[in-house]
Amino acid sequence: MILIPQLAVRNILGAGLRTWLNVIVLSLAFVAIILSVGFNRGLLQQASTAMIDAELGGGQYWQGEYDPYDPFTLQDAHAEIPEALANLISSGKATAILAAPGTLYPDGRILPVTLRGIDPHQTILEIPSRFLDATAETPQALIGARMAKSGNLGIGDYVTVRWRDRHGTYDARDIVITQIMNTTVPTVDTRQVWLPLRTLQEMTNMPDQATLVVLDKNQTQAPEVAGWSFMNLDFLLKDLHDLVKTRLIARSVLYVILLFLAMIAIFDTQILAIFRRRKEIGTLIAMGMTRSKVIQLFTLEGMLHGVLAAGLGAIYGTPLLAYFAKNGFEIPQSGAGFGLAIGRTLYPYYSTTMVVGTTALVMLVVTVVSFIPTRRIAKLNPTDALRGKIT
Amino acid sequence: MQDSVQIEARHLCKTFPMGQQQVVALEQVNLSFREGEFAGLVGPSGSGKTTFLNIAGLLDVPTGGNITVMGQPSDGASHKAAAALRNRHIGFIFQTFNLLPVYTVFENVEFPLLLQGMPKSQRKDAVWQALEWVGILDKAKARPSQLSGGQSQRVAIARAMVKRPAIVLADEPTANLDAKNSHNVLQTMVKLNEELKTSFIFSTHDEKVIQYLKRKISLEDGRVVEDSEAEARKHEAELQ
Repeated sequence: MILIPQLAVRNILGAGLRTWLNVIVLSLAFVAIILSVGFNRGLLQQASTAMIDAELGGGQYWQGEYDPYDPFTLQDAHAEIPEALANLISSGKATAILAAPGTLYPDGRILPVTLRGIDPHQTILEIPSRFLDATAETPQALIGARMAKSGNLGIGDYVTVRWRDRHGTYDARDIVITQIMNTTVPTVDTRQVWLPLRTLQEMTNMPDQATLVVLDKNQTQAPEVAGWSFMNLDFLLKDLHDLVKTRLIARSVLYVILLFLAMIAIFDTQILAIFRRRKEIGTLIAMGMTRSKVIQLFTLEGMLHGVLAAGLGAIYGTPLLAYFAKNGFEIPQSGAGFGLAIGRTLYPYYSTTMVVGTTALVMLVVTVVSFIPTRRIAKLNPTDALRGKIT
Repeated sequence: MQDSVQIEARHLCKTFPMGQQQVVALEQVNLSFREGEFAGLVGPSGSGKTTFLNIAGLLDVPTGGNITVMGQPSDGASHKAAAALRNRHIGFIFQTFNLLPVYTVFENVEFPLLLQGMPKSQRKDAVWQALEWVGILDKAKARPSQLSGGQSQRVAIARAMVKRPAIVLADEPTANLDAKNSHNVLQTMVKLNEELKTSFIFSTHDEKVIQYLKRKISLEDGRVVEDSEAEARKHEAELQ
């Protein structure tokens, strides 16, 4: 049994440059596939983390009327914070957010926005709410860089905002921009104006009320609260997962192409090997090697290309992949343009399962495409093979 | 020992399809070879020499008649059994040497023994012995591409002889060699035939080979037209 592996190793090492060219091409496919999958994983990981940090926390309680997909519900989506949630907020395990529809009038333009009230002292979300002062005479506002750009607003600018209070009465006043935050999460930035919670509660005449309550990331308990629905991260990240899944389908085309290239490299080698080595095959049979052993030998040779490629890929791929994992890839356009919270640098993420799985898949493909042309040997007449003829 | 029959062909026929027609390569060939023979099938191209050797080496099957090699009838032999028989008892020498290009001379000669599963130490001794028989010890580490035609054929002889087969089938072994190398190679084979009693059966139309043969079998259009041994026996019978 040891004979075939021994011969296969001898053959592929003896083939010299031909083997190494194949191994190099295959190893490139290995590394490129892992890198490609790593980027997709990194995309999901990075966007999830950023959204959890800046918006979702450990999950959210939604007031019964709240539906983020229906802006018309926003006017009525508010209620007094129940005691159970108030306790979580006071113990620093949650923070309340009040959302209300409004209109901003920067430079005489009309800009529909969502006004969001947040506790300036909260530490649950990575939003620089500390720049908001609830006691200031002119309401202070925090906006994101995208919002600042679309409204042509800067720190210290005053802008008129109009809103409706809980009874539907329109009111308006000036607010001042005290900070512009850079965030990769578009949903806390685009058309969002952050105000001190108490200020917004007073403006809308909704004292002690909130639209949603965000739990701390480490908060594992989510008690049942009447009139409020708890949305866990699986639900809150579903859209992101669906979006990434859609992108993954598109990217999997690249994955398939890379895999196909690897297959072609080996298939081509095996086909060429059979044509080039048909006399050798005849000689092996003449010397007493059985046909099944010849098939085993050639299949194993193909598989060993995969093993060597995995080894070579590990040698140069490990530092390369580690470099990208550490420094990421600068992407030319902000990730927000794709609706994903990934910023301008994308960091690939590789897991052991992914690396092992990809390696196993490539090895399997390589073995199969080595076996297919080798099967032909089984039908080869030894006398034809010795004459260098393929029938 | 001379009377031990190693190959016996009876009414052997072989036809090949060629387009719509059947080409007759062998027709009613009756031949037997005994231990220690140094015989040659002689005839022009297409006379059936190589076809006979292929059938005798169990690389091909007859379309009619039967052949028994080392007591094994070819019609009952499976691929596996035929492979085992070739591995144990038959050595092949080819016109184009057919050395394995990625192996060294040593590894090429070692190959049949690897297939036999011989232990490494015995294998090593056997390979050195075979290389010594053919006088090519100094080329053990060379690759086939570094050898001359004569040297390559010596390696092929060593590879065929290393397992000490009962029969060596040599298909036009000197066709790619010059006169000097042809004589050297043939002398080596004569020596091995005499010392080890290995049977050598050639297919050839090379006069240089023919002059070394102890038995000459002439083939024409797939038929045996002359067999020197049969003639000798007939002559012997007439004398008696």
